[in-house]
Amino acid sequence: MVQSLDRSQGRAGGVAAGAASNHGTYTGNRALQIEEPLIFEMGQPGRCGVDLPEPPKVKDRLNGLRRAGTIGLPGLSEPQVVQHYTRLSQKNYAIDMGVYPLGSCTMKHNPRINEKVARLAGIGDLHPLQPVSTVQGALELIDRLAHWLKTLTGMPAVAMSPAAGAHGEMCGMMAIAAALEAKGERAQRKVVLAPESAHGTNPATAAALGFTVKPIPANDRGRVDLAALKAALGPDVAAIMLTNPNTCGLFESEIVEISKAVHDAGAYFYCDGANFNAIVGRVRPGDLGIDCMHINLHKTFSTPHGGGGPGAGPVVLSAALAPYAPYPWIVKDGDTWRVAEDGAKVDGTPLGRLKAFHGQMGMFTRALAYIMSHGADGLKQVAEDAVLSANYVMAALKDVMSPAFEGPCMHEALFDDSFLKDTGVSTLDFAKAMIDEGYHPMTMYFPLVVHGAMLIEPTESQAKEDLDQFIGALRSLTERAKTGTAAEEFKAAPRFSPRRRLDETLAARKPILRWRPSNNPPEGDPMKQAAE
Amino acid sequence: MRYLPLTDADRREMLSVIGAKSVDDLFKDVPASARLGAKIGGLPDHQGELEVERAFQAFAAKNVSPGTAPFFIGAGAYRHHVPSTVDYMIQRGEFLTSYTPYQPEITQGTLQYLFEFQTQVTLLTGMDVANASMYDGSTGTAEAVLMANRITRRHKALISGGLHPQYRSIIETTAKWEGFKPVLSKADAEGLEDLIASVDKDTSCVVVQNPSFFGHVRDFTKLAEACHAAGALLIVVVTEVVSLGLLKPPGEMGADIVVCEGQSIGNGLGFGGPYVGLFATRDKYMRQMPGRLVGETVDADGKRGFVLTLSTREQHIRREKATSNICTNAGLCALAFTVHLTLLGEAGFTRLAEINHAKASQLADKVSAIPGVKLLNDSFFNEFTVKLPKPAAPVVEALAAKRILGGLPVSRLIPNDPSVENLLLLAATETATDMGMDPLVAALKEVL
Ligand SMILES: Cc1ncc(COP(=O)(O)O)c(C=O)c1O
Repeated sequence: MVQSLDRSQGRAGGVAAGAASNHGTYTGNRALQIEEPLIFEMGQPGRCGVDLPEPPKVKDRLNGLRRAGTIGLPGLSEPQVVQHYTRLSQKNYAIDMGVYPLGSCTMKHNPRINEKVARLAGIGDLHPLQPVSTVQGALELIDRLAHWLKTLTGMPAVAMSPAAGAHGEMCGMMAIAAALEAKGERAQRKVVLAPESAHGTNPATAAALGFTVKPIPANDRGRVDLAALKAALGPDVAAIMLTNPNTCGLFESEIVEISKAVHDAGAYFYCDGANFNAIVGRVRPGDLGIDCMHINLHKTFSTPHGGGGPGAGPVVLSAALAPYAPYPWIVKDGDTWRVAEDGAKVDGTPLGRLKAFHGQMGMFTRALAYIMSHGADGLKQVAEDAVLSANYVMAALKDVMSPAFEGPCMHEALFDDSFLKDTGVSTLDFAKAMIDEGYHPMTMYFPLVVHGAMLIEPTESQAKEDLDQFIGALRSLTERAKTGTAAEEFKAAPRFSPRRRLDETLAARKPILRWRPSNNPPEGDPMKQAAE
Repeated sequence: MRYLPLTDADRREMLSVIGAKSVDDLFKDVPASARLGAKIGGLPDHQGELEVERAFQAFAAKNVSPGTAPFFIGAGAYRHHVPSTVDYMIQRGEFLTSYTPYQPEITQGTLQYLFEFQTQVTLLTGMDVANASMYDGSTGTAEAVLMANRITRRHKALISGGLHPQYRSIIETTAKWEGFKPVLSKADAEGLEDLIASVDKDTSCVVVQNPSFFGHVRDFTKLAEACHAAGALLIVVVTEVVSLGLLKPPGEMGADIVVCEGQSIGNGLGFGGPYVGLFATRDKYMRQMPGRLVGETVDADGKRGFVLTLSTREQHIRREKATSNICTNAGLCALAFTVHLTLLGEAGFTRLAEINHAKASQLADKVSAIPGVKLLNDSFFNEFTVKLPKPAAPVVEALAAKRILGGLPVSRLIPNDPSVENLLLLAATETATDMGMDPLVAALKEVL
């Protein structure tokens, strides 16, 4: 299958096609950057990366449904597999490599002790449906984390099973729907209010549950406009979904008044807790009058993002919503831990079940290890250092970039693109130029309410020297952009990354979502085919 | 605190650059009533690594790990041997500590393995396209029903009695709050269910599981035809993905959407999560899929590269019109899956499936030879149901008291149903040995 290597490895053909960045190596590699084909282009029948014994001979009980023909999986040896994924790993940026200021995503240090304890056989190698008498420690662990989450948030109950933030939103909003149903108001209260700055999962969740999403305007300080909110509240409103600190990185200073207004109107307050990391240990959301809030364990409590997941999104609930918490949950019965599962006789009317088994145990373990390592004192320091670092970045850049709002921020600093006006450089170009400086860009174009938004979240994990270098790099980029003659240079960025800008339009117009033998370019002309 | 790089001197210097007197100034937007003067009470302070590790060892010591006992539980989570390479690879920081690949120039590693993962999923299931993962098989199944409702614009979903009871429960919950009608067939322990006659012009989809929760292996080709004749979709769920090494894939039976729990490959039992949902469909339904998709393209130099694509389906672009609210998925578990499957390859994967089937056959022969125990399955892959002469729950407790993890009493997942009270679900994978099976049989004879 040699010909199929051409396009990915950019061997001789790549040079001939004039790829400027190749500098003409025979392999297309550039020192530590090794071009890597797909596994399907590497395999050979007869190779295998495992040794399994001959199966015992038995009578086939497959009801005549044996697979006919082959599956088409490639065969690779173990060293090839190790090399393949190692080379792929080297094409990724990661928190382990440096500043990863992706706003709203909270890319903080991921301690390795958390990985270690999650892999203890007595924790990682347990079946979710073992007799409960054989998993007492696992149930206790979940309960211990639940206790921390309730105490840190000042809320009386928590549903542990949601698999991520969005799943937690679903859980919390279902609980609100269940509470409305119990009051006979579900048919009447069909509106959910959410600011336009809300994360996309908020409106997506509300709409999935049949609610109509209505925007609440922000004031010029980037917070909810209280008067406009009061005007929007009425007997048709089920809930408000509000992120706090909000997606502009600001604390909703009138949140107590917001919560009172919402409750006076008979509605509920869903707080998106994706940004809990800014206030953990320092402010209890329960003191602000919310009814429920999901906590992204993969943000505030540092369970690794893993290139897109897994996460965990436990939801803390007020006394009003606790009776509707979904199965399962853990109860202590004398000295014994038990699980309340579907059909169990319980107080309250659980809204149902959202996920098989007990939730994201592997994430619970890591989050609890993180929490115990920090303790109540360390968590408070986490919030303070995260907020301090963001404000430091903001202060050090505000004379050359354009902060979206005045005043101190919480854990992330938001800029708009007005400082790039008339430079020909866009937020996207600016972000791509950061890549060449060795950084992962900040979150761009979110929240939607700020033009060309750049949301920088340094987290508490970066040393001051590293923040200073980051600030220096952004100042330098800003200067270069403002010369007014650098637009071409910015548009050509990134130059030094494993790939340069990718053609996303082509990807969407002619979707190729899997390898097929026919995806391969004809021999000898790889670039032409690729560019089509 | 070992994770916090800022020193007090740093903090002072940073505050002076900011122009704030103390960090409290930065929290001045917090209403006074909610400002806590001191740290939150009643919680312990920070601890060193040694103390934390000890605390977790203490939790672990209170559990019976399957590695230390004869073990035969399946029911949607299977204990397989995961090669060391898998765990090493997923712990590389470049994979472990990277975010969703929003900046493709510096996340080609993640994007390429997801593209390979998507391809592997299509091959196993016999489908055209697959996404970059769902949280797990159970939530993926509910999403498949929602997708079928969108495509057919119908609201009645027929749910097989062979579908995992917790998956059924999730569909019921989704139906109640998102507004569609689930028609749930009764638990199908004998594997005799035929849903063809129930499909009508209001049916959006039929959801079946293969092998079923009770272990039966079925051909759904005729059911697929009946669905298509009525304008409905067939959703096939696979909770033991290793079975696809041996069994005719759902795509060849005419399935429209296939959802698998991918845990068996690459991912340990982990007390139930995180796992990885595989989600595959036909080309024509591609734009109705939930979740992220990775596609091939080229970069500015004309080199092949990968990007997240067709994101106009997703919440961050479409907001309330998105196909799903999913954002974070199961990226790293998908990596574990794809690394393990790459190690296995065609030869290893099919052999692994053969071994599983053979081990379960041996177990079925041994257990069904016990007087009073009746095997309910004519067919199975690596899991089957037996009927005991008495309720299974106390039997399993009695086995546990002997440190044997001897299967799942069906009544744990289907409570309050006398017809399943005596049923025991047993699974055997390649990790099962005679040294485990024989004590199970001996102990069962004793307690029955
Ligand atoms: C503000 C906000 N809300 C909700 C979410 C969704 O969380 P998850 O990705 O865990 O589903 C995110 C994260 O992306 C977020 O930043």
